[in-house]
Amino acid sequence: MADIKPPVSNTLDTNSTSNPPGDMDRRSFIKWSLVGWGAFVAVIGGYGSMVGRFLFPNVLFEPVQTFRAGTPYEYEIGVSERFKEKYGVWIVREKEKIFALLAVCTHLGCTPNYLPADHKFKCPCHGSGFYTNGINFEGPAPRSLERLKITLADDGEIVVDKTIRFHYEKGEWSNQDSFIPV
Amino acid sequence: MEAFPVPLKIIMEAVKHFINAIASPKILFNIVFLFYLIVFPPFKFFQRIHDALGIDRLWTKRGGIFIFSLMFLAFAFGLTDANFRLIVLKPDNVPIVALLFLVVFFLWFAMTQAKENDEAIAKGDKPKEYADSREKVLVFPDLVYIEFLCLIFVAVLLAVWAIGLPAPLEQPANPTVSPNPSKAPWYFLGLQEMLVYFDPWIAGVVLPTAILLGLMCIPYIDKNRKGLGYYTYQDRKMAINTFMFFWLVLWMFLIFIGTFLRGPNWSFFGPFEYWDHNKLEVLNNINLSQYVFMIWLKQGMPSNILLREAPGFLVLAVYFGLLPAIFAKTIFKDLYQRIGGIRYSIFVVFLLMALALPIKMYLRWLFNIKYIIAIPEFFFNI
Repeated sequence: MADIKPPVSNTLDTNSTSNPPGDMDRRSFIKWSLVGWGAFVAVIGGYGSMVGRFLFPNVLFEPVQTFRAGTPYEYEIGVSERFKEKYGVWIVREKEKIFALLAVCTHLGCTPNYLPADHKFKCPCHGSGFYTNGINFEGPAPRSLERLKITLADDGEIVVDKTIRFHYEKGEWSNQDSFIPV
Repeated sequence: MEAFPVPLKIIMEAVKHFINAIASPKILFNIVFLFYLIVFPPFKFFQRIHDALGIDRLWTKRGGIFIFSLMFLAFAFGLTDANFRLIVLKPDNVPIVALLFLVVFFLWFAMTQAKENDEAIAKGDKPKEYADSREKVLVFPDLVYIEFLCLIFVAVLLAVWAIGLPAPLEQPANPTVSPNPSKAPWYFLGLQEMLVYFDPWIAGVVLPTAILLGLMCIPYIDKNRKGLGYYTYQDRKMAINTFMFFWLVLWMFLIFIGTFLRGPNWSFFGPFEYWDHNKLEVLNNINLSQYVFMIWLKQGMPSNILLREAPGFLVLAVYFGLLPAIFAKTIFKDLYQRIGGIRYSIFVVFLLMALALPIKMYLRWLFNIKYIIAIPEFFFNI
């Protein structure tokens, strides 16, 4: 092992005696660490902005959030599944009003099924159950189903707007837009 | 069904009905819990039952033969039933059937070695692994050769499995149609079962985080230096008993329930029961605050949210605030002295969080309690 010599500095700088040969002095350390960190930040920032850009697509293939649902006379008392497949919405006709329920369970967001024999909505994921008026009564769902904005257009057709929702626990079901009186 | 004579068929049907009846979670959970208490007794009372029954004998070769003949017999009996076959032989569920057998096998395997070591230590000998630690083998070829054989074996197994039991392909995903029942992958079925009793925030975020943190804490809480590098039960009784509760009762058992006993609409079905989509289970649930104000005090709900949920907050404060102190003076007195205040507090808080799951299950089954604290206005429900 005696033939290994200590590395010799090839610079002529005799002032840097405090640095052992082969080590970096403070100035070049700062310089290189700035370069290194700069490159690191640039790469992370570049990728980060690309990922960020990815979250805002140029085109969104989303179904329309507002749809027409025929005239109130087309609905008999009970739950209509006409628009469940396409829009995920139940139109419910009660004696004196029509309202639209969003078919998204308030527990974890699965799509409940309507069980006509039991007059209730039942979620297949954790067993939450809702009455046909949307009130939660069994299973873990903490809130009632959300009602959607429902209005009559000038030509007498029902218009459902999925972007505006009415929460029972906040007392919003008495809102004029949450139902159509019949 | 002509394979069996009529009287035998009647007996078999009776047994199936009986198993269906006790498969209801309210009964089955108690049975499993009792089993756990006797096999891995955390308290002196159950230790005495454990000793009287000679449960130790399970952890021998004969015990293993006994356990596995029982399991295979039960499984073979189940296979005579069409409903049972339908669930158990579904390609999705085959790994979970294997898992049940494997979990029991490795439990038995580890406990058997622990028992042998415990007996050797009691006699004054060294544990079996002591000799292993002195013997040295080469990585190549000894280890690499075994690894290579394993690789080939597993690759063949997976290929045969994939060809023999094709993955069920379903129709393209449609956000407005959830399959009924909608089941998570098997390793998440324990979590899905937890979600039945808790708000998604608690069962989906808080408790899984607590599970991970709790697992990370084990080496810091458990200061016992015994049992390093060898199997032992007697020297690590408390640790093994506690872990088995989490592992077997709260994790494996919930996966078992979620896989085999949950059917359409997430209703409960016995192992021999037909999965009827219209099975009606009455599960009307109410919150603790409704119990207190509307049923006991016979008045309307207070409009102030904090006042309304005050009973729930009180229960929670007692549970996490008072119980650790009471435990430190009573059942965990020795433990508290041994591991000190900080370790003890961390241990007890994690234990209480885990115990909250069975407690919440019982509250749901016995009193139909939905949430202890229910503030749906701010998505805060416990």
